[in-house]
Amino acid sequence: MAEFRMPSLGADMKAGTLVAWRVKPGDRVKRGDIIAEVETEKGLVEVEVFEEGVVDQIFVQSGEKVPVGTVLAMIRPEGMPAASAPPEVPQAAVKEHVPAEAGPEVKPGLEVSHLPGQPPERRIRVSPLARKLAAELGIDLSTVQGTGPMGAIERADVERAAAKRLAEKAPTPSVSEKPVPPTMEKPAATEFQIGMRRAIAAAMSRSNREIPHYYLETRIDMSRALRWLEAENQRRSIKERLLPAVLLIKAVARALGEVPELNGYWIDDRLQPQEAIHIGFAISLRQGGLVVPAIHHVDLKSLDELMEALRDLITRVRAGRLRSSEMTDATITVTNLGDLGVEKVFGVIYPPQVALVGFGKITEQPWAENGMIGIRPVLTATLAADHRATDGHQGGRFLEALNRYLQEAAKL
Amino acid sequence: MTEAQIKETIFKVLGRIAPEAQLDKLALNDNLRETLDIDSFDYLQFLIGLNEELGVEIPEADYGQLTTLADLIRYLSARVR
Repeated sequence: MAEFRMPSLGADMKAGTLVAWRVKPGDRVKRGDIIAEVETEKGLVEVEVFEEGVVDQIFVQSGEKVPVGTVLAMIRPEGMPAASAPPEVPQAAVKEHVPAEAGPEVKPGLEVSHLPGQPPERRIRVSPLARKLAAELGIDLSTVQGTGPMGAIERADVERAAAKRLAEKAPTPSVSEKPVPPTMEKPAATEFQIGMRRAIAAAMSRSNREIPHYYLETRIDMSRALRWLEAENQRRSIKERLLPAVLLIKAVARALGEVPELNGYWIDDRLQPQEAIHIGFAISLRQGGLVVPAIHHVDLKSLDELMEALRDLITRVRAGRLRSSEMTDATITVTNLGDLGVEKVFGVIYPPQVALVGFGKITEQPWAENGMIGIRPVLTATLAADHRATDGHQGGRFLEALNRYLQEAAKL
Repeated sequence: MTEAQIKETIFKVLGRIAPEAQLDKLALNDNLRETLDIDSFDYLQFLIGLNEELGVEIPEADYGQLTTLADLIRYLSARVR
């Protein structure tokens, strides 16, 4: 019997709200099926299952917000009889609670509660009703004193906590009595934007705290690549046109094939290079913030397949419909700020990844070659890499390979 | 098709590509991509949308002359059947 848990959809996620089940007990599932929808600080995510079998029991109902690692459902192997007796502990009533401040080390693709080096979990017993109420009222359950059996938190305890919070707030002088300060904060930020900013803040602070970054940059003559792309797009209908970003992403994957140390994770004090190349592509949202979903197996995709994958991904990002695997398993990040006037990007690595490749705007610049000066479209590519995992020598080899692949776009 | 109808179609497609964008802020002579923060991907989607609605295929070589809403309306008016 396999446990289907609330996944960690990024190093910064602590909890998620189960929005809807796509399956019910008795349904057959296979690896990769989307079986649930979860609301996170980065939007709605379609969660895939990694087991084959039959949905046995569902423990968390839609609308419930639970910590990462909570068992949501059980999947039994095909042919096994359904669980007749209820589990020893009533799972719906007793859930693990990860303390909000203890950011656990998150390894993509692994259950958070199985990780080494994680602080011991504090178990809080909560009735389902109390949990739902706490979520609605915005009460942190770790601050609530339970009075039920074995200290379990019940509905009344949550209500008491809510009343207390209200009472604490009441005596403060009302804001409207104060003179309006000349620089008032704009009230525009929504709940979603605040959550998104917080999620980015957590991941980026951890990155700057833990990762000794080193930075390299190189200028790349893009005239051959752009000439090839222009000719290629002329032959194509508008729907089949390629964007330069597709060439860049593919060239990164090819160069990683030569310097695989940059493709992977730093976990448990060692570099763990990954076989598959899943490139996290930073996509900014017009309403603020960004998401970095992964394009899977970039090295195995043709340029057309990549363009299609990118189109599909960006469309779903805008619509807020990402899949769980896309949120968790990027092995490196690419950020392309070329659409703005930016010339080069010095990136902050997304932990536990060990590298980030940045691209600026392609601009016409003087270019010396073979003793001649000419004007060329030039792209500045940068690499931010984790010095624990690699050294400048490897980083330099990567940028050199990237340049080489972009000189032969037809072979990408 | 009148210019007003073309403008309406442009706004319809823009609304689909960039639902968060504030279209009412866009003046005829504003730089369309800068004003609405349209990146190259969204721009391509926008042109694909126009192609579906109006049947006009805009070659890459013409992108340069399509900076503002007014440019687009003029360009499309001359080509829509």
